Amino acid sequence: MTQMLSIENVSVAYGKVEAVRNVSLSVEQGQIVTVIGPNGAGKTTLLMAAIGLLRSTGRMLFQGANLAKIDVEGRVERGLCLVPEKRELFADMSVADNLLLGTYSLRDRSTTRKSLDDVFDRFPRLKERSKQAAGTLSGGERQMLALGRALMAKPKLLVLDEPSLGLAPLIVREIFRTIASLRSLGVSVLLVEQNARAALETADYGYVLETGEIIQSGPADTLIHDPKLIAAYLGGH
Amino acid sequence: MTADIAAILAVDGIATGAIYALVAIGTVLIFTVTRVIFIPFGDIAAFTALTLAALDAKQLPGTVGLVVVLACMACLMEVTSLARAGELRAMPKAVLGYLVLPLVAVGIVWLAMRFNPPMQIRIVLALLLILPVAPLLDRIVFRPIADASVLLLLTVSVALHFALVGLGLMFFGPEGVRTEPLTSLALDIGDVHVPGQTVLILTAALVFSGLLFLFFDFTLLGKALRATAFNRTGARLMGIRPARAGTIAYLLGSLMAGVSGILIAPVNTIFYDSGFLIGLKAFVGAIVGGLVSYPGAALGAFGVGILESFASFESSTLKDVIVFSLLIPVLLWRSLATQHSEEEIEE
Repeated sequence: MTQMLSIENVSVAYGKVEAVRNVSLSVEQGQIVTVIGPNGAGKTTLLMAAIGLLRSTGRMLFQGANLAKIDVEGRVERGLCLVPEKRELFADMSVADNLLLGTYSLRDRSTTRKSLDDVFDRFPRLKERSKQAAGTLSGGERQMLALGRALMAKPKLLVLDEPSLGLAPLIVREIFRTIASLRSLGVSVLLVEQNARAALETADYGYVLETGEIIQSGPADTLIHDPKLIAAYLGGH
Repeated sequence: MTADIAAILAVDGIATGAIYALVAIGTVLIFTVTRVIFIPFGDIAAFTALTLAALDAKQLPGTVGLVVVLACMACLMEVTSLARAGELRAMPKAVLGYLVLPLVAVGIVWLAMRFNPPMQIRIVLALLLILPVAPLLDRIVFRPIADASVLLLLTVSVALHFALVGLGLMFFGPEGVRTEPLTSLALDIGDVHVPGQTVLILTAALVFSGLLFLFFDFTLLGKALRATAFNRTGARLMGIRPARAGTIAYLLGSLMAGVSGILIAPVNTIFYDSGFLIGLKAFVGAIVGGLVSYPGAALGAFGVGILESFASFESSTLKDVIVFSLLIPVLLWRSLATQHSEEEIEE
């Protein structure tokens, strides 16, 4: 298996406070990897560093290429796409326009029509609302739109920050089903979640981040049965 | 005041308003995409008029020198910053964009001037020559402080305006110019005499705002510009570079300002420092739209034009006072009508 993303000894600091310390992790081609951990563990910070919105020390390789000198836009062009926690949609623009903007980083736009149809097949609700402004959507629909918009860019690695945050349980299930289905598209996924159970059920491999450091890692189906983790994150079961 | 006079004043005001509208729309465009309130916009309009006048007189316009100097400075800065970042591979593209392309524009004008081109071509040449100015100024002045607050950007923008007025005096000289009218036709609607120039100004304003609207609504690049204006982080995550979006906004804005300069040149005598009042009045218009709404800015600009026209009839010495006094009620109304929000914190 080839390595999609490898993060080696990465630290991120806000001023003097180190939010992420010496973290190493890797995502293989076609794999879904999750990083779980409590609030404030540094999960979002780690992702912001991976996409290039925050400065970091250490080494990051994407498909073997060093990311140090590549800016956010360059990373997006290479197929590293982030769906941020805040979704960052274009609220005043229509759903369809939001989706179309997903293709901005692509050289070849001849497949735009097909990508759009694929996203609409995946999320029929977006099709119904394609003319509506993104700001008028419900929380679940916004997450679908954010996911759909990222898929329009034909990402090689999709980085998802808390996709289930603030969503109703039914929608959460739908979102995770969608994430699992990305495997068949050959898209690798790096998934950051507080909803540890759902994340581990979907992922192949998991890391546990606490106070900026990785304290545990392993195949997802092992982690999910780990008594210590069950006590801390998964709730007695 | 009789109804006849009122009608004449209204027609005159609408024509002036259309010119302000073009500049106001450009101001809004640049502000939303780059957060810069580009005060020197009126200067761009005035410089276009001066360029056209020079071309009419078969002289090489001062803009040539201006563009060459700015292109050299911008290229030097870009190459230096790329060299510092160690990105040598991006250099040829930088030299092409910041030095070669502006010089090509200058070269085309220089070559075309040997063939005594007709007026339509001279207008195109004047626009071609003015287009690189604002994007180059953006690279030199605003790119290094792109993350600064709106207030700092505004302060720098005002300073840039004064620098440009000085440069204008240096490159164009102190003489005022008035170009030949674009048309001598006239319309008579009822008892009102409408000069062809007025019709032309209105048509141009409508056509260019219409084209801008189509560009924003139907092209991916236009949508990308709007997206950058709404949400910079979101746009970056789509691979849209704010700096590049800014350059395109400056190019489009310059086109709007340039067209307005060409339209106003046969009507008013333009000096190297005439741009300030044009820019400021367009800014008043743009404020009516809250600096974010295009239709608001256009309506505001027409309002300013009409008010100015009537004010100059009542008291020509106080016309500018009257127009700028309009700002007070507008600002009061806006501050009462809209909810205050602190300036968004950008990463």
